[in-house]
Order: sequence, then structure tokens, then C-alpha cells
Amino acid sequence: METSDIVARYSNMPGGIIEAFHEIVDRHGFLSQEAIIEAARGFGISVAEAYGVATFYSMFSVKPKGKHVVRVCRSAPCHTAGSAAMVDALQEHLGIKIGETTPDQRFTLELTECVGQCQATPVFTIDGEPYPGLTPSAIGPVLESYLRDGNRKDGR
Amino acid sequence: MVNLTIDGQSVSVPEGTTILEAARAVGVRIPTLCFHPDQSIKANCRICMCKVGESRVLQAACASPVYEGMTVDTRSPAVIEARKLNLQLLLANHPQDCLNCIRNGACQLQDLAAEFYVRDNPFEIKTRRMEKDFSTPSLFRDPDKCILCRRCIEVCSVVQTVNAYGMQGRGISSIVVPTMGEKQIESTCIMCGQCIHVCPVAAINEVEEIDKFMAAVADPDMVVVTQIAPSVRLAVAEEIGRRTGDLPMESFVSALRHVGFDYVLSTNYTADLTIMEEGSELLKRIQENDRLPVITSCSPGWINFCETFFPDMLDHLSSCKSPQQMFGALVKTYWAEKMGIDPARIYSVSIMPCVAKKYEAARPEMNASGYRDVDLVLTTREVGRLFRLNRLDFSKLPPSQLDSWMGNFTGAGVIFGTSGGVTEAALRTAYELATGELLEEVEFHTVRGRENIREAEIDMKGTKVNVAVGHSTRAARELMEQVRSGQSKYHFIEIMACPGGCIGGGGQPLTRSDQQRAERIEAIYLEDQAQKLRKSHENPDIKTLYDEYLGAPLSEKSHQLLHTHYHPARNRYAVPGFNPQAQARG
Amino acid sequence: MARETRIVLKNLGKIDPMKIEDAVAQGGYQALLKARDMSPADLIQEIKDSNLRGRGGAGFNCGQKWAFAAAAPGNERYVVCNADEGEPGTYKDRIIMENDPHRLIEGMAICAHAINARQGYIYLRGEYSFLRRVLTHAIDQAREAGYLDGFDITVRRGAGAYICGEETALIESLEGKRGEPRYKPPYPPTQGLWQRPTIVNNVETLANLPSIVDKGASWFASLGAPSYPGTKIFTLTGDIKNPGFYEVPTNTTIRDIVYGFGGGIPGDLALQAVQIGGTSGAFIPPDLLDTPADFDSMQYAGLSLGSGAVYVLDETRDILEVVTRIESFFEHESCGKCTPCREGTPRLVGLLEKIAQGRGSRFDLDLARKLGHNMTITSLCGLGMAAPVPMLTAMQHFPAVFTQQVSAKTSEEGTPW
Repeated sequence: METSDIVARYSNMPGGIIEAFHEIVDRHGFLSQEAIIEAARGFGISVAEAYGVATFYSMFSVKPKGKHVVRVCRSAPCHTAGSAAMVDALQEHLGIKIGETTPDQRFTLELTECVGQCQATPVFTIDGEPYPGLTPSAIGPVLESYLRDGNRKDGR
Repeated sequence: MVNLTIDGQSVSVPEGTTILEAARAVGVRIPTLCFHPDQSIKANCRICMCKVGESRVLQAACASPVYEGMTVDTRSPAVIEARKLNLQLLLANHPQDCLNCIRNGACQLQDLAAEFYVRDNPFEIKTRRMEKDFSTPSLFRDPDKCILCRRCIEVCSVVQTVNAYGMQGRGISSIVVPTMGEKQIESTCIMCGQCIHVCPVAAINEVEEIDKFMAAVADPDMVVVTQIAPSVRLAVAEEIGRRTGDLPMESFVSALRHVGFDYVLSTNYTADLTIMEEGSELLKRIQENDRLPVITSCSPGWINFCETFFPDMLDHLSSCKSPQQMFGALVKTYWAEKMGIDPARIYSVSIMPCVAKKYEAARPEMNASGYRDVDLVLTTREVGRLFRLNRLDFSKLPPSQLDSWMGNFTGAGVIFGTSGGVTEAALRTAYELATGELLEEVEFHTVRGRENIREAEIDMKGTKVNVAVGHSTRAARELMEQVRSGQSKYHFIEIMACPGGCIGGGGQPLTRSDQQRAERIEAIYLEDQAQKLRKSHENPDIKTLYDEYLGAPLSEKSHQLLHTHYHPARNRYAVPGFNPQAQARG
Repeated sequence: MARETRIVLKNLGKIDPMKIEDAVAQGGYQALLKARDMSPADLIQEIKDSNLRGRGGAGFNCGQKWAFAAAAPGNERYVVCNADEGEPGTYKDRIIMENDPHRLIEGMAICAHAINARQGYIYLRGEYSFLRRVLTHAIDQAREAGYLDGFDITVRRGAGAYICGEETALIESLEGKRGEPRYKPPYPPTQGLWQRPTIVNNVETLANLPSIVDKGASWFASLGAPSYPGTKIFTLTGDIKNPGFYEVPTNTTIRDIVYGFGGGIPGDLALQAVQIGGTSGAFIPPDLLDTPADFDSMQYAGLSLGSGAVYVLDETRDILEVVTRIESFFEHESCGKCTPCREGTPRLVGLLEKIAQGRGSRFDLDLARKLGHNMTITSLCGLGMAAPVPMLTAMQHFPAVFTQQVSAKTSEEGTPW
């Protein structure tokens, strides 16, 4: 779906630009310059302001990402529960460092702050889907399921 | 009324007054930084902190309304220490090179550092290490010096509706950027320079070109000639510590000769000339119902705005060049001939209240003389620096007159410097041209005033002419939306990019409040009243120019030298559908 | 094993959140109908009398806040549910929304009646996007069943910004802008969303309303601590045998939460410190464990109940390291608007790292403390004011952790501090 169509669906919602950005990010992985200009047009704000919104929120990026975004929680409860080991294991599995994307563009690895799944720590998410309380050894099968399916777990 | 106590002193102020305002009423001047009298309250610098009652948490004086029985402490050691630590945080994220800085001596952060007797910084000095942006010929940005007060964003988006600036990132990564972080020249920036006035530090500045002037003066072959814009003389007084208007023309001219100018002439002269050309153009286009309304074209910030945001409406603009550029075209042709000077030796300078004029002078088409018509534009501020460099003692300067042929001007030329002035000047001439009658009352008060958009209906012996005067590009946008939708009822629209008109231009002495603009406007109308001649067509040197050289207004020669064309800018950030109302927030 | 007092979570495990009939069978929406029979003024008085105080962290008297909004001029008012729940270690609001969304909707509708609002928003943190379905489904069902009666609720998402849990930043985000807090006054009940009277209440606060309306103010006011009655859902994380969530009366002590419900420390290691209230809360030593967990008792002890997160550290943990990580969280989440927080949070991290690496001096410790103190008194919003608290309380209660890192080095030369 074209960015302009997505924007059009939300342009009647006062303040709806964040919802529009969510959907654009869901579909395209990031907010391109064209998307931001389109959003400015649709919501009657300046491009500068739309860009200011795009770059404020952690869930939005103005740079392209891999197909699946893996985020490891590093907030205090996960930190003491072993997020560092989780990061090491993911870096090894994927062969990239935090902030990088695999050469095949499949996975981007990032850190995040608390995602509210502290019932079982440490936590990481893939495309927003939480994986709480796993050990580093359990990572492999989880990642493989994304390679197999090739699609996001929530079906979009 | 609300009664409160500030530092033990009783104060009584109306409801809704802030602590900052209440304190000022009793002579207590709480230090501020992000606060600006003409803008919304930001409350982000956290310098104006005060202790209120027994509360542990301090309050920002700029944002705190007083209440009955409030007790405020603005100066105990604990309060001062709290402010100072925030100041030192700002200073620690700021280049420490005051000595090399264009705002040395004119910087609000530097002033605070002095006032707070800052001798050291407990924090490690660590700046953003971002590149300076010199992509425009008019102004440059130094993001390392930004203190994130956000005044520039407000003036650019709310006052000007240009929206060249915005925020990028969050937290310590926050920074003000052009649009999406590109270079300034690629943004919608119209180079009006209003951001320079509101920036408390040296994050945004004019492009300084004094070195070029010095090189020309040092070159024995060059004849350095300058024109002076109408708004400059009265405001340059502020650069030498005087009240606006308090520097007579003969002292100013004398000072300019002393710093190195060989000849000193006046843009007011070509302002009179502009009236002749534009007045004739206006009458012709009204008669022929051709592309009405006619819109003035002397403000390059406005031209940039039109080319960027209303590129489809360019044929409404008057084809007349600005007075600066008319002057430039003539000084290396007509004037050079009259003076017997080889035009190749002429270094044509203009002294302007404007930074967009630096861009205008550099436009490729501005070479009608066969040379660059204007070689260098110096702002009022740069001239102030030249005066200080030369340590001129204004009390001892011998008076000096403007030079010949392009130095004479009328009051009509003078008032170009204020919003409404071009219109009033045009009416003084157009009325007599159209009706053949003598205009007794030369002052058109209906086009004077502070409102962003003013309108008047002038009756020229039965022909009703509707005029509108707009200042700030916010007003320009509103007027142009009307033109675009075919709903504009005007024959003539004057637009000045800067609030107040050129007296508030981006190159003027740092303008800290609308009050300062008001004082300059008053000074300009006084200067107009003091002139013997107040109608452009009465200027004898203008008559000479037509008789001996141009022939008549709108002649072929006039068109070749004094008229120009415009270019649609096609900027992808100038999105249609932008609604200024959506940005109206406090 | 201690027993919970489930009021907010009373339907947990008994209903299918996707079926309104389950909620109704448990008494859902009865309180709303009763509330609608009361005048808004009476309803507000009832909530005031119950002394229900905000459960998001600010602890303001809920009814009093409603009274301000009801009295404010203007035809359009809004009820906003703060479901931003960004406080690390906190997930109680998610539990409520996942399991009993109708209770939340009912609470919002009760508030709407009190302040005469026609439109409500649930500001749902972006990381809880998966909850949109259960929430919108419940809203649709409630609307179809006629319970909403002209009051409509829209779910709107945040996008990963802890600061949007602050009510004015949340409002800015709802307006489609950067989530930067506004200076106050004016306060949202008088000028909030789109400058109109707005009540922003936490999920748990709203979820308390049906029981209060149903059983009455005096019933609620008699539960738990008198100054902060009712129950609180605590989420227990860290070095604890039984991590999880527990709804308990507000006069439960921290000791009971950690040892009674939490089962104590794994391996029976000694408890070193507990952080109460979320990542911006105070670190307390074992000798403060008998502080009742209610808002005012905590404040008296210099602590804050906050979101109700309880984070336990055993004797093996390096508190300096944990504190550094926490201050780094605040550096990441600072919105950047005001000087002390934007510039101060990275400076705190820098100083703590320097100290942790053994390169710090007593001067650095002193500076960190001074800076932290200044942030608590000059920041524009609660984030900046609370950010230094973990460090300051850790310094206060566990000074050796810090001083052992700084050698006998004297202050750096030339500094007046």
C-alpha cells in the first residue's frame, strides 16, 4: 500500500501522524524522506515538524532496517537477569553487532529499554513479539523460525 | 490584583502576571536565557529559577503565574547556585572560543557567564562536534553553539511560516536542523535572517564579508563606492551606543569615508527611481487589467518566499529590481559615465539591513551593467564592526555630504525602510501621475500601523485603487493564498519579508523586541518629515537620470537595466496544504 | 505464603477478556449504571471521599483532579487513560488490560460521566501494540451493548518514549507531536488535550473505580493505609524466588512483599537493596524494609511508591553498576527539552562510569551528588526530577559502594567545588 494511501486513512484523525508512522514502519521498516514529506502533506504540518516527530520516538527510524528487528531489553531488571549474555549470544548467532543489520538484510539487532514483560527476564523481542525468560541456548530455534517463515509472526 | 512578596518586598500586580514580570515591576531583574518578550514561553533553559515559599522544587519565573500571598526568593545563595549549575551545564556543551566568535560581546550566554562570575567549569567541556553550515551566501549556522532555546524554530514557523527549522532526535542528541537535516541552502530557508535576531548565541549568524571590503580598500586601483539603504542610518546609531536615529547623515557619511569608502551614495535615490518605474508599471497594469494584483519585489526574502512557496504566482511580481540592484546596474553605467570613472575599477558595495541581499546580489542575472552590479553587501552590523575597528570618535568627525548624481533622495525614498513605506511612496507619485493633480497631504496613514496586514482604498479622482500592505512572510502567505484562489481584491500589494519591514531586517543591529522595531519605525517617519522633498518624482537627480539616460519609465533602457525576472524554486519541502493554524500553539 | 487482596484483579482467571458477557456475569458495568444515576457532582464527591490516589506514580487525589476538570470552562472534555507503562520492572497495567479490559472501559466511562466527557483515549505504549485487538474488541462490544451511551473510546499508540508516561508529554503525543512535557500550570484538568479540560488517569487508577462506586467510598477508604487507601499491584523483579505481580493492601510492608509474597532471595543470599517505585525509585537498605508501602509513609522515608515496581538486589550485585545502567536509561529517555535533564543525565552517566572505572575522585562524587540534587529541583518535569534519585539514594544508603571506588585522591586542582 502506498504511503499516501496510509496517510490518507489517518489524515482525519487529529494528531494521527503517529498512527500513520506506525503503519508505514510496519510495512516498510522505516520512515523514508518521501514518507515524511507525504505525512506532512496529509496532516497539514511542516516537513520539519513531521521529521521532528519521526526522530523523537524509539520505535521509528529514518534509516532502513532489516526485515526482522531483534531488540534486547537492557533495563535494570533484565540487565541483572543476564541481558549481556543474551546480547553476546545474539551477536554471535547473527554475526553482527548491536546497531547493525545482517548482510542479507534479514535481521537488525538493537537494544531497547523495558518493554513491560518483566514477569520472566531477560527479555528480547522480534518485530515487537516478546520472548521473555529465555536462555541464550534457546535463541537458535527462535531465530530459525523467522528464517523459515520469512514472514512476520503477526501475519502482516 | 494579586499581592505577593519578592525578596521581602511587597508587590501588587494583576492576576496572570508571571513572577518574572512581577519582579521586573519592582526592579528585580531575574536572569533569563530562552525567554523572549515577543515569543511564547519556553521555560527550557532553567536559568530563571526562583524559590517559592517553602517548596524544595524551584520554579521558573518566566512560566509561573503569581498567586495571593506568594513569597519569592530570587537571590539567596542556594537559588544562585542552582541557576549557575544549569548555566555551567550549558557552557560545558559549548565551544569555549569567545575570542574567535562573531558574537563576542553580543552573546546572551557570554553575558550570563560574566554575571555569574563563572571562572571554571566542574564539567568536562564536551561539544557536539557538528559541522558549520556555510551553504548559503547570507547566513551560516554553527550547531555546536546551539543551546536549544528553540527561538529560531518559533520565529521561522510561527512568525514567518517558512518552517526551515525543526528538531531532530531526543535527549542529548536533540539538535535544531534545517528541515530533515540537510544543508540550509536545500531547505525552504528564505534567508530573511529573523532567526539571527532571536538566537541568543552564535548558533546562527550573518555571513561576514568585511575581509572582502578591506581587500578592495587596500587595492589602489579600486574605486570603492557604496549605497546606503534607507533603514541603515537610523539603526547604525544603535551599533555605536546611541538611540536609534541619533546619528545625522553627515556624520554617517563622514564615518564611511573614514573607514575607506571612496564615494558614498544612497539607495534612497534608487528607491525614488523604483517608485517611478513601479508606479508607472502599476498604472499600466491597472489600466490593462494585467496580472493584478501587482506585488512589490524589493524584498529578496519575500522573493525567495514567493519562488519557493508560490512559484505559480511569479508573474504577479513587479518586474522592477530592488533599489539595491537598480543602483548596482546604474553605478557601473550611468554613474561611471557621469563621473568619468572606468566601471571596471568600480567596487560596488551596498550597506543593507538585510542578509538576503547578499543572496540577491549574487543572483546570476544581476549583471545588467556588464559586470557584477553589486560586488559586496555589508550588513548594518558589519558596518558597526568597521566603525569599532577604526575606533571612530563620532563627536569629532567633520560632517560630510553624500556624493553626486545618485545621492539625492526624497522622503518617499526614506520610508521604503518601513512596512507600508513603499506603498505610501508609490501613492504619492501615482496619485499625481494618474490624476494630474497636486497631492497636498502626502502622508497616507491608512497604510501605516503595526498589524501584519493592512489595507486601504485610495480614491484617485474616481478610480478606486485597493492596496494591501503585509509584513512578515506569514502575512505574505495569507495574501498569496487569496491571490492563488482568485479571491484577492487588491490592485497592489506591498510585501516585506521582515516584521516591521526593512528596519527589522536580518542584518540590522540585533533586534531584541518589537519595541525596538517600533522605535525605528518612528525614526523613519521623522526622517521623512524632515525632508524638503517628499515625492519621488520631485527628485531632481531622478529627472536628470531620465532626461539624460533612461528616457522615460519602462523604456527599453529601463527594462534592460532596471527590470528582472524570477525563478520558481521547486523545493520539495514546500508542501502544499500546510496550514499555519495547525501550528498555532502557545 | 501471603494472600493477595484482589479488587482490581478480581476477575483474573475467571473471565475471557474477549467476551463481554463474562465480564457482565461478574458484575461488570453495574457500577457504571449506578454512577450514571448519580449527579456528576455527587459522583466526584464519592471518589474524593474514597481518597483514591493516582496509581501511576504521582499519587494525586483522583476525585480532586476530576473536580478541577468538571469546574473548568469548555464544552469538550476528554478522559485519557495513561497506558504508557514505561517504568522498567512494571507490567501491572498490561495484566489488567490483557485480562479484564472491560473493567478499564467501565472506569473510563465512570470518569466521563463525572466530568461530562464524550471522548476518551487509551494511550497505549507502542510496545503493547498487541493489546490493541483485545482493547478495541472490548470497546466495540461495550458500545454495541449500549454501555458507552455516547461516550466513545479510541485506542492510540505511543511509539517508544518513556517520557510519554508524563501526562503533558502524553497529551503532546496524542496531538501528534514530539512527546515533550509542557510547563505547568496550566494543568491538564483545566487545559489539556487540545487545550481542553482533560483527565489523565493511570490504568490501575481507573480500574479501581467500579469497586468504589459499587461498594462505596467509606469501604474503600477503610482498606489499607488511611492516607492512601485501597490496594496496589506490585510487580516483583530481580533476585527473588517468586517474581510476579501481587495485589495487596497499601499498608503492606516492603518486607512482606519481598519475603511474604516474593519468597525471599534465591539461594537464601542476603538482601543488599530494594528499589521501590520503578527505575526512578529509591534504593533502600534492609533496615527500611518495614516501611509500609503506602505513598505517604514512603514519602516520609524519602521514598516514593511510584508505579509499584519492586526490584530486589542480592548481596552479590554491584550497586554502582546497576545505578550506572539506570542513569543511562534516563539519558536515553530524556526528551531533551530542558537543560538540567538533557545535559545532566549524560553527565551523571559519565561521572558514574569514571568512578566505576576507578578514575574518579571525591570531587567527582561530590559533583554527581550536586548535579543530581540540582536536577531534582530545577528540571521541567518529573523525569528530570526523579532521574537522579536512584543514584542519590544509593549514595546515601550505600556510601561505601561509591567511596571504595575513589582513592584517597584529593579534589582536582583548581576547582572551587
